[in-house]
Amino acid sequence: MASKLKLITDGLVKNNPTFVLLLGMCPTLATTTSAINGLSMGLATLFVLVLSNMAISLIAPVVPDKVHIPVYIVVIATFVTLLQFIMQAYTPAMYETLGLFIPLIVVNCIVLGRAEAFANKHGVLESACDGLGVGLGFTCSLTVLGLVRELLGAGSLFGHNIIGGNDGMLLFVLAPGAFLCLGYLMVLFNKLFKK
Amino acid sequence: MAAKSNLTNMVLVLGVTCLLCSAVLGGAYVLTEEPIANAQVEKTNKAISKVLPEFQSVQEKEISGVKYYEAWSGETLVGYAIESTAGGFGGPLVLLVGITPDRIVCNTSVLSHSETPGLGAKCTTDAKFMSQWKNFNPKGKKMTAGPGGDIDAITASTITSNAYAKAVDSAVKVFDTIVGGQSSADAITGASYVNKNNGGQEDGE
Amino acid sequence: MEYFLIIISAIFVNNIVLSQFLGICPFLGVSNKLSTASGMSMAVCFVITLATLVTYLINQYLLVPFKIEFLQTIAFILVIAALVQMVEIVLKKVSPSLYQALGIFLPLITTNCAVLGVALNVVTKEFSFVEGGMLNLGQALVYAFATSLGYGLAMVIFAGIREHLSLSDVPKSFKGVPIAVISVAILAMAFMGFSGMVK
Repeated sequence: MASKLKLITDGLVKNNPTFVLLLGMCPTLATTTSAINGLSMGLATLFVLVLSNMAISLIAPVVPDKVHIPVYIVVIATFVTLLQFIMQAYTPAMYETLGLFIPLIVVNCIVLGRAEAFANKHGVLESACDGLGVGLGFTCSLTVLGLVRELLGAGSLFGHNIIGGNDGMLLFVLAPGAFLCLGYLMVLFNKLFKK
Repeated sequence: MAAKSNLTNMVLVLGVTCLLCSAVLGGAYVLTEEPIANAQVEKTNKAISKVLPEFQSVQEKEISGVKYYEAWSGETLVGYAIESTAGGFGGPLVLLVGITPDRIVCNTSVLSHSETPGLGAKCTTDAKFMSQWKNFNPKGKKMTAGPGGDIDAITASTITSNAYAKAVDSAVKVFDTIVGGQSSADAITGASYVNKNNGGQEDGE
Repeated sequence: MEYFLIIISAIFVNNIVLSQFLGICPFLGVSNKLSTASGMSMAVCFVITLATLVTYLINQYLLVPFKIEFLQTIAFILVIAALVQMVEIVLKKVSPSLYQALGIFLPLITTNCAVLGVALNVVTKEFSFVEGGMLNLGQALVYAFATSLGYGLAMVIFAGIREHLSLSDVPKSFKGVPIAVISVAILAMAFMGFSGMVK
């Protein structure tokens, strides 16, 4: 049990996909205009990550070496399309906000990366834990980035205005702000966790 | 860990995976088709109820390629909700404009836009800008937010405001085509009839 | 005129890296040196244009008639993966010198979200300056090519900046990627000057 817990916590800090492994940068930058968007994108990725990790750990022993990448991609794409259906049906507004970046989870290097590096060598349960850990790490970083950008850019937290007045520093909601915030958060992460 | 590759098992595994996955997706599609359609309908109804007074039923229609909705309350026509697009600052700005039969813009709502967050995107939140479209009479108004126009612009977002005004203006024009230039009093009773006529002609051409 | 608008919009106004956030991973990954950066951009340019052509046709003549547009994601990514492999094989046989230049980047391109992103954009996004909103085949190809030129432009500029960065004295915590990301922010600010040029 302890080892499984460690798999989950590793994903949060030591193997944090955003700040340490630098994977999945595109959705990280594009969808974090507010905390809630970042959180939703993270959860969507988490969903695909856990399910595809489990499925791949099951089928890995019978998949021939030379076609393993296409097979994995098909499996991942299936879960992504499933996610698209579910979001369209039950959270259509969020589906529209995240837009292109939902189908693009297919090419998120985190998902294929975990399949290659972990799921094809481990059992179903471990793979699920690994997916959960990395997914949570991704969700946390996205939410933090969204929080910072929303706070600076719009003066609100999860849509609640806390500064008063309408205007934040607009720059942080726009494209350059995404890079700027990410850069400084990386610096902070380095200062705190890397010696 | 992985099995040895040869042609048979490569083709077999890839084929079976694809088949299985498309079967799963096909099944999921059938299952979620209804909730997705419901969500769509709910979304349109919600948008229409935002721009028009209370209604009971909605009919979807089309005139020269423009989609619009007729809202009815029993036997009375409540108004039209017309979809209208104009080029904004960052891309298409799509509005739903509710117009009552007496040619008054009841209210407007943004269906989709790609305006700059915090500037043009305020067209969905700015109270002062949005309230001017409530019970707005387009008669004799100059539909521009620029100098000499009758529209109040969002601060620092004249282009978006102009696009918004343009979209409302073209919705009013569509309204005029729908009711066929009849006087507004006749339009109430004649609307549905004229409508079908116009629609038929457009389709035939 | 439409083509001109598409090109300006795709290269400058809606630059794929700096305002649409697609293809960031290779953008940060291989931009250390100007020569690898230009090699990568050329490979991306080639694959994006080719992939858009194929996926557009598949969407138009296979997915739409059978009303199975919901398979877009899965069909497109498979096509792109197969296409990249094929390009690699053909290139190896036909032009070994070009293969030497682009070869190492090709496998990386399958998971470059710019390729899938452009392919999906072309068949789903509405463009206000194009009549009817949707792109036709010619416009789609121009859009794809111009977008990848924009990718190359951003990439080459950034590689130039990074070559200078590697020589400068940077505080320890900022070393490497963080300072690079912060410089991209400034580059993105510069590109924001183009916004609103094409309505």
